[in-house]
Amino acid sequence: MDFALSDEQQMIADTARAFFSENATCERTRQAMAAGGADAGIDRELWRAFCTDLGLSGVGIAEAAGGAGLGLVELALVAEAAGAQVAALPMLGSLALCAQAVAAGGTAAQRDAILPALLSGEAIAAYVHDPALRAEGDLLTGESRFVLHGGAAQWFVVTSNSGAWIVPADAPGVTVRIQTTMDQTRPLACVTLTGAQGQPLTDPPAAIARAHTCGFITLAAEALGGAQATLDRTVAYAMERVQFGRPIASFQAYKHRLADMMIEIEQARSAVWWAACAADEASDEADLAVHAAKAFCADTYFMCAGNMIQLHGGIGFTWEHDAHLYFKRSRAIMSSLGDGAWHREQVATHILGALA
Amino acid sequence: MKLGFSPDEELFRAECADWLNGQMSGEFRDIKGVTQLTAMPERRKEWEQQLGAHGWSCIGWPEQWGGRDATLAQQVIFAEEYAGAGVPGRVNHIGIELAGPTILAFGAEEQKQRFLPDIAAGRTIFCQGFSEPNAGSDLASVRTKGRLEGGEWVVNGQKIWTSLAHISDWIFVVTRTEEGSQGPKGLSFLMMPIDQPGIEIRPIRQINGDAEFNETFFTDARCAADSLIGAVGDGWRIAMGLLAFERGVSTLGQQMGFRNELDAIIAAAKANGAARDPLIRQRIAKAETGLRLMRYGALRMLSNTNHSRIDGAALTYKIQWATWRRGLGELAMDVLGQAGEVTDGEAYEWGTLPNLFLYSRADTIYGGTNQIQRNLIAERGLGLPREPRG
Repeated sequence: MDFALSDEQQMIADTARAFFSENATCERTRQAMAAGGADAGIDRELWRAFCTDLGLSGVGIAEAAGGAGLGLVELALVAEAAGAQVAALPMLGSLALCAQAVAAGGTAAQRDAILPALLSGEAIAAYVHDPALRAEGDLLTGESRFVLHGGAAQWFVVTSNSGAWIVPADAPGVTVRIQTTMDQTRPLACVTLTGAQGQPLTDPPAAIARAHTCGFITLAAEALGGAQATLDRTVAYAMERVQFGRPIASFQAYKHRLADMMIEIEQARSAVWWAACAADEASDEADLAVHAAKAFCADTYFMCAGNMIQLHGGIGFTWEHDAHLYFKRSRAIMSSLGDGAWHREQVATHILGALA
Repeated sequence: MKLGFSPDEELFRAECADWLNGQMSGEFRDIKGVTQLTAMPERRKEWEQQLGAHGWSCIGWPEQWGGRDATLAQQVIFAEEYAGAGVPGRVNHIGIELAGPTILAFGAEEQKQRFLPDIAAGRTIFCQGFSEPNAGSDLASVRTKGRLEGGEWVVNGQKIWTSLAHISDWIFVVTRTEEGSQGPKGLSFLMMPIDQPGIEIRPIRQINGDAEFNETFFTDARCAADSLIGAVGDGWRIAMGLLAFERGVSTLGQQMGFRNELDAIIAAAKANGAARDPLIRQRIAKAETGLRLMRYGALRMLSNTNHSRIDGAALTYKIQWATWRRGLGELAMDVLGQAGEVTDGEAYEWGTLPNLFLYSRADTIYGGTNQIQRNLIAERGLGLPREPRG
């Protein structure tokens, strides 16, 4: 038992933080937010540099499957660093959900056909989950209105509660409608399948379980990074901003709200480490941990981002200031892959049994 | 990063569980499951002597002083098995968690020999004399005075909230030993025997009807000149060092007590149907999450060997657990419904869950109120400007 980052993990965290703070600048994020069509919400140059120069895109995927090895603790450290900058990247959909699903449940041929392109950033995949999906053989009919970066995808990984398929975005019967989305770094497309031909993954339960575990941990870690950034930036502002002849950071009403943010963030950090480490060790509590972490970290981020606006006063309500980027991302994380109430109900089911 | 325990550590866990369960089903079965801190004090002192006799009292201490030099993982395991076996909390928790570590860190060799083996053996029970009626959150404004006279320290004044003073043998007291000094300067740290004419203890009845806390009056109370820990005037530094020990491994044992409380709520919810209420389920899930995060926060804090950095997990731990537990008490009452507000019998005595509801209002006050905690977090953790201090 040793619940601290190893030297190697600390190095990955430092490397990722340096990369994103240098490259995922607010100017570049805003350019990606303003772009339309397939480039909406994606900083293509950043994505290329992340996948090829940094070499961390395959973290959490076995080397045998073409990944970089390492585990979900390392994946979480990377996601935390990206989340801190609200980076406009398809990391969640293309890597944490789709690449993980294919690596865990695809055939060797499917892995060879798709993973190199996803991990190098040449292609993007998006994750379509429809519990009510109808499959006649491998002809799929269904819809999801909330497909992350769906407008940029060459492939979709489509899952129901029991099946999983790969569907090329240009296949007959696939319609993609790009939607104006509150968080412009996470544009959601409406993807409709009408008898579209899917290539089935061989082990759907493994694919779905792995994708969701990685997705929940990635969201939790992004939320942690974002929440810490709102705190750091608000502290910096409060030390500079003077009212009544004093830095506003000296007022107790203000200090206590910042302290409350730190209290929640420290727990969120424990939650991310716990969930990622429990999943890596395949511990009995891993499933409870990933649900608990997703719900807790999303709530923490939203509270912190809301405080960031309030504690900045009027400037925090402007489009020009970055506070709304964090605020909108935090809202998007709350809704993505199950809201807080759903995740908490999963935790409750673990300890109380299912709700009859 | 690693959460699992090694095979050797799992063997150690089995050894702990065997011994503890054997005791709780044998000679000490009468105290199994006792949770009220003031219940059955004499039997519990005997139990703590039994722990000492078998080397299980302070396993993290050096062997020389009655410990086992246990590793961090072993201490975690023992704390978990201790509470898991239904063993009551330690009446001498102040001695083993605060007085002992303080003497280990700041005491002279002779003082270590005098106190540590007896604390480990359960023969010397300690209580803590910090707060005064006018020195609560503003702890540095203590007025209790100490002066050297005829080779002895003579102490006059009053302490308050001295938990379990009525069953203790010794008290450590922060006294003002420099006439006319103010604030943190001029304070000294004294160890005093309680059984003497100059010390009078009066119980304080609390909102749950129990009387764990006391007022302690000093009227020409005496102790030997060599009962001073550190140097004259060192009292504030030592008291602050001592408060840091409050976040040690003992927090994990405390959490296992919380585990038992949450389990009692879960059992009650299953029994009365509240477990089918979606809103109660959400709150139980939140409570469960909070408890797990407390455990992993404590493990982070204990695993942190980089002491040059601000340890956020440690700094936020007190307000985290206190606020969580206060919420747990409220959840307990919502699960029980109105049945939680009545009890059998004529005495104003409450079962575990209603008592939790009442007692937990103290958690966010003692050991630094939530408001003081927020000041500390803002100033030490975030580097914000300080509140005015004397």
